Amino acid sequence: MSEMLLSTGGPPSAEAVAAAWHRVQLARHPARPRTLDLVPRIFSDFTELHGDRGFRDDPALVGGPALLDARPVMVIGHQKGSDTESNIFRNFGSAHPEGFRKAQRLMRLAEKLRIPVVTFLDTAGAFPGPAAEERGQAQAIASSVKLMTGLRVPIVVAIVGEGGSGGALAIGVGDVVLALENAVYAVISPEGCAAILWRSPEAAPQAAAAMRMTAADQLALGVVDQVIEEPGDGAHADHDATARRLKAAIGAALDRLAEASPEALLANRYARLRSIGLVREAQLPVGEPEPATLFERLGQLLNLPGAQRRPAGTGWSGDDEDESEGGA
Amino acid sequence: MRVKFPFTRRTAAPADAWTKCPDCEQQIFNKQLERNLRVCPNCAHHFRLGVRERIGLLLDAGSFVERDAGLESGDPLGFHDQRPYPDRLEASRIKTGLRDAAVWGIGSIERRRVAIGLFDFRFMGGSMGSVVGEKIARCFEGALAERIPAIVVSASGGARMQEGTLSLLQLAKTTAPLVRLDAAGIPYISVLTDPTTGGVFASFASLGDVVIAEPRALIGFAGARVASGTVGEEMPEGFQRSEFLLEHGFVDLVTPRAELRATIARLLRTLRVPSDVEAGDGRAKGPIGVLSGIAERLGGVVGERIGIDVEARGRGDAPGEGSSR
Repeated sequence: MSEMLLSTGGPPSAEAVAAAWHRVQLARHPARPRTLDLVPRIFSDFTELHGDRGFRDDPALVGGPALLDARPVMVIGHQKGSDTESNIFRNFGSAHPEGFRKAQRLMRLAEKLRIPVVTFLDTAGAFPGPAAEERGQAQAIASSVKLMTGLRVPIVVAIVGEGGSGGALAIGVGDVVLALENAVYAVISPEGCAAILWRSPEAAPQAAAAMRMTAADQLALGVVDQVIEEPGDGAHADHDATARRLKAAIGAALDRLAEASPEALLANRYARLRSIGLVREAQLPVGEPEPATLFERLGQLLNLPGAQRRPAGTGWSGDDEDESEGGA
Repeated sequence: MRVKFPFTRRTAAPADAWTKCPDCEQQIFNKQLERNLRVCPNCAHHFRLGVRERIGLLLDAGSFVERDAGLESGDPLGFHDQRPYPDRLEASRIKTGLRDAAVWGIGSIERRRVAIGLFDFRFMGGSMGSVVGEKIARCFEGALAERIPAIVVSASGGARMQEGTLSLLQLAKTTAPLVRLDAAGIPYISVLTDPTTGGVFASFASLGDVVIAEPRALIGFAGARVASGTVGEEMPEGFQRSEFLLEHGFVDLVTPRAELRATIARLLRTLRVPSDVEAGDGRAKGPIGVLSGIAERLGGVVGERIGIDVEARGRGDAPGEGSSR
């Protein structure tokens, strides 16, 4: 991996900011096809299953078994609304912990039946309110991610709208990750990033550009495997054509994955996740002390001359830098 | 007439000799604070600890050997907000003497060998980018390779924004090895300290076989700014605190700092790595497995450290435990 995957030097240009922000707006377009718009256009015999078997059914996340042509699959996706009323019902596509626990229940069913999982990502993020905290939002996301890293069936992920942070990743770990052309994927919303790093939510477009949220950037980073071109002005203009293109890509990905044994699938998924990120390894000066030999340690204990001094147990002051474990 | 001595006599303590407790606002003499493990003697507020202090608190003296100390972050996005990301990294390196916000290595607790990862909140808020994720993943993989328990002490605001989705994907990268630890019967203890939020809490930190929190630590999914900005609702008082998480079933123990080492040591005596046969993971028992089995039966630690952990005796917080296996 190169030193800087997406180079610049200096802040993004005004054109780059405008272009990134335009994509964010398309990804959030009110007429953009949602999971339940896409599912009947791509699959047949879909039955939505409800509830996490623990607390309640979360309408912000939907799923159930369906057929892709003749092949049974488990479909899971975030669900936004299309108007105010449906958005309130769907909590704007921001799931509570029970939504992610429902997803896990459906994934376990897929594993039991040895059918692949197909997920659709379209959320601003997991819901961050007090009720979500109380029911363990972080734990729900973490356990969902863990389940997906070890699930013994193929997983195809399609980012179709907003891929918002942990709430997206909770159903976003897969063997193949597809993205629609105007979908975006980010570690935090551009507004949230702007509030923290620019100290002003108005800097959201700058943050969007800096975070490289677009599908094309995600492809360059190796996070996304394939970008699917949207018809005309964008997916909102033609749901049918969007679904057709998505279906072809999902089908092709499932065909490729169908050959692999569960062991090969898991090994590849592990290798994929382990390779993500940019890590450099600096050459450290050799001869770093390792007080590991019996002589040295006895020397420390008995304060023999020439032995390295035993690290003081009481060196609590926040800034002392003189011990060896700092890695400097 | 005053006699002037040829050396200066301290008339007032220097300003940096005292620390004001952010909770009870009492002025604490720094030496007293340090003696008390950086816990306020008045109200038991737990001040944050750096990596070195945490190692001194938890591990047998001199037992820690850092691994992968040379890993450091690049700038994969060419990220530039008010300042370029590399400048922020450099400032944190100078401030902390660390290369990034986490360190991992091998050490021992009451002579039991563990793989341990530790966060330092002073380094860019303990945020997790590629390097932090890599170190945590290698910590778990190290525990797996040596068949020793894993411990991670978290203190983090979450995923590092400056590495974008590469940071987000570290949630999955650090979580994936846990599936392998489960299959191999390797216990993992997660220690949550103030603060543990966002992507770190939403990944490996939530997933310990045992989760321990320090008292009154801020622990939650959404930071205050995210929550009030998105929901328009302030988090009620006491939400996202250790005691709240204990009550709601998301942590096992809230343990004061003074008892943390003894508590982990006690757990390690019961949460043992099963022998290969018991684990049933299909691994053939090779010479290494036999050796480590013998070492465990002898009550020592595995590998080259057998029998040389003489310093553990000096800690005195668990008399006689060293040979109790």
